[in-house]
Amino acid sequence: MSILIKKDTRLLVQGMGRVGQLHASLSLEYGTQVVGGVTPGKGGQSAVGVPIFNTVQEAVRETGANTSVVFVPPPGAADAILEAADAGISLVVVITEGIPVRDMLRAKTALSGSPTRVIGPNCPGVVAPAERVRIGIAPYSIFKPGSVGVISRSGTLTYEAVDQLTRLGLGQSTCIGIGGDPIPGMNFVDLLPLFEQDAGTKAVVLIGEIGGTAEEEAAELVRKEMTKPVVAFIAGRTAPPGKRMGHAGAIISGGKGTADEKIKALNAAGIAVAESPALIGATLRQAAPDAK
Amino acid sequence: MNVHEYQAKELLRAYAVKVPQGSLATTPEEAERAAREIGGPVVVKAQVHAGGRGKGGGIKLVGSPEEARDAAKGMLGQKLVTPQTGAAGKLVRRVYVEAATSIDRELYLGLLVDRATETIAILASEEGGVEIEVVAAKSPEKILTIQVDPLVGLSDYQIRNLGFALHLSAKQVGSLVPLLRALYRIFLEKDASLVEINPLVVSGDGVVPLDCKLNFDDSGLFRHPDIQDLRDPDEEDPREREAKEYDLSWVSMEGNIGCMVNGAGLAMATMDNIKLCGGEPANFLDVGGTADAERVSHAFRLILEDPNVKAILVNIFGGIVLCDVIAEGVIEATKTVGVKVPLVVRLDGTNAEQGREILKKSGLNITSAEGMQEAAERAVAAAAS
Repeated sequence: MSILIKKDTRLLVQGMGRVGQLHASLSLEYGTQVVGGVTPGKGGQSAVGVPIFNTVQEAVRETGANTSVVFVPPPGAADAILEAADAGISLVVVITEGIPVRDMLRAKTALSGSPTRVIGPNCPGVVAPAERVRIGIAPYSIFKPGSVGVISRSGTLTYEAVDQLTRLGLGQSTCIGIGGDPIPGMNFVDLLPLFEQDAGTKAVVLIGEIGGTAEEEAAELVRKEMTKPVVAFIAGRTAPPGKRMGHAGAIISGGKGTADEKIKALNAAGIAVAESPALIGATLRQAAPDAK
Repeated sequence: MNVHEYQAKELLRAYAVKVPQGSLATTPEEAERAAREIGGPVVVKAQVHAGGRGKGGGIKLVGSPEEARDAAKGMLGQKLVTPQTGAAGKLVRRVYVEAATSIDRELYLGLLVDRATETIAILASEEGGVEIEVVAAKSPEKILTIQVDPLVGLSDYQIRNLGFALHLSAKQVGSLVPLLRALYRIFLEKDASLVEINPLVVSGDGVVPLDCKLNFDDSGLFRHPDIQDLRDPDEEDPREREAKEYDLSWVSMEGNIGCMVNGAGLAMATMDNIKLCGGEPANFLDVGGTADAERVSHAFRLILEDPNVKAILVNIFGGIVLCDVIAEGVIEATKTVGVKVPLVVRLDGTNAEQGREILKKSGLNITSAEGMQEAAERAVAAAAS
């Protein structure tokens, strides 16, 4: 079982450029139903064996797509999210890095109350191994079907964690990269309850980093609402204050958003936090012996 | 991206905000002339990208043009040390000479994106002229906050509520309304990430922005060539600046283990693990998701420009980035740049086997590590020997 996506996910690629096409073909290879692409002006053509449309609306009408992945460059990316929502897409996964904060603020406010869910931006995407659904850019060979849910603000650090899990024989139900931007779509607190309800998930790995308060909010929610074991890792204990550490959202500002504060909040909620990034898998194994 | 106070005030003027008369000077003589033109007492202010300038002697109130010249002379060409510059201080290349304002009270005003509520937050306090973080830590109840829905915009009543809560008179509130409206417009129209007026002084029947700090969202700069023009490369860390030119994300640190990693989260985690293993990272470096041989080569050069570096740790988890391409880049770089310090390389993910094979065959002195733990341990050991 999985959350957000499953076998009947019909994926549309918004932004069928070089990168969009590469990942569309990798997702097809994995077994994902990629049903079309959208690039304004390229309607009627096809790429990697799927039709390209001018608008999301047209693509939805023609293909029955219910999910989209956005590779559109930053100036048009927020517009692409709103276009997908308007066309009735229920899940929009945004890979694009460098979307202006103002654009995301506006898009998110516009979508409040809408049934459309957004993952990202600046994220590696979502993978559900048992369902053979890969949305985004993750290398699919590292995943294994199983019962561990993964939510992360990072890309390659997620791969690292998944790889550790897989090598320990711990498969994954769904892996979600929520992205490293200051205004993400769905956050830890939106996704943890979905894992709590998912019969196929036995435990959750949460990978956070410096900046903002998403991990503190997650800790509070876990304490109040989660019965399944949750373990965590927080990146950036050595990060200097006031410096943006690669991700737009990874910054300690005004002394707030440090790794130590987050670790303290998570520990207080009974969440085991891996001391070293090399021990994420081992920490999960210890906290959830029946996960597999 | 940050800008100087004088640039921020020019932008305020462009939005019809009343700021004290002032002009920029790069020599003591220019400062004297500026003071003469303004007439009366003036304030000479060092222009560097750091707060707390007053504490370091970078802000001086003087009574005559001659005194303005002397004050400028004492600042220009000197390193200004403030609580925010670190011990090394910042070289003062320009001063801003501004008409002195009579001060009844000092307030604080700030606009920023509140990540928790996903709104634009306006913070205000009667405790102005000090760092707002200090106020927030000591007496959070003294900070007033209003949240603005980005789709609705800022309403006048919100400004009035704020003004009266700050104990301003009706007339003073009347001067706060156009000011805050303008600041909000700047925030949105210019993709600012922080607009801070500290202090906002109450002077007679009005409020006057005495200092102004503007930060801009780097992701929004592409649509503001006018703001890009305000960039002062002298204020940036030279290696961070160079890294940016090659699309690399870099932060200088004080340790001796150079790091090259793909992905920001993994790069931070790699630094953390070096520290856990008893070492100190020399830098944060994310070569990005599309690193090629050329970028790897630039990355090596940057790391090696730091004379403190005693060992280099390359930690790559290939996704889109292919490990064999990285391996080729590493070899190319060691040949062209001449890497003289121990090099520990960990490759995993897409094409990792091929990558390791390439490194092995190269005959170069490269330690291949299995997993990020072994990589960190070996790099720390290499740097210590």
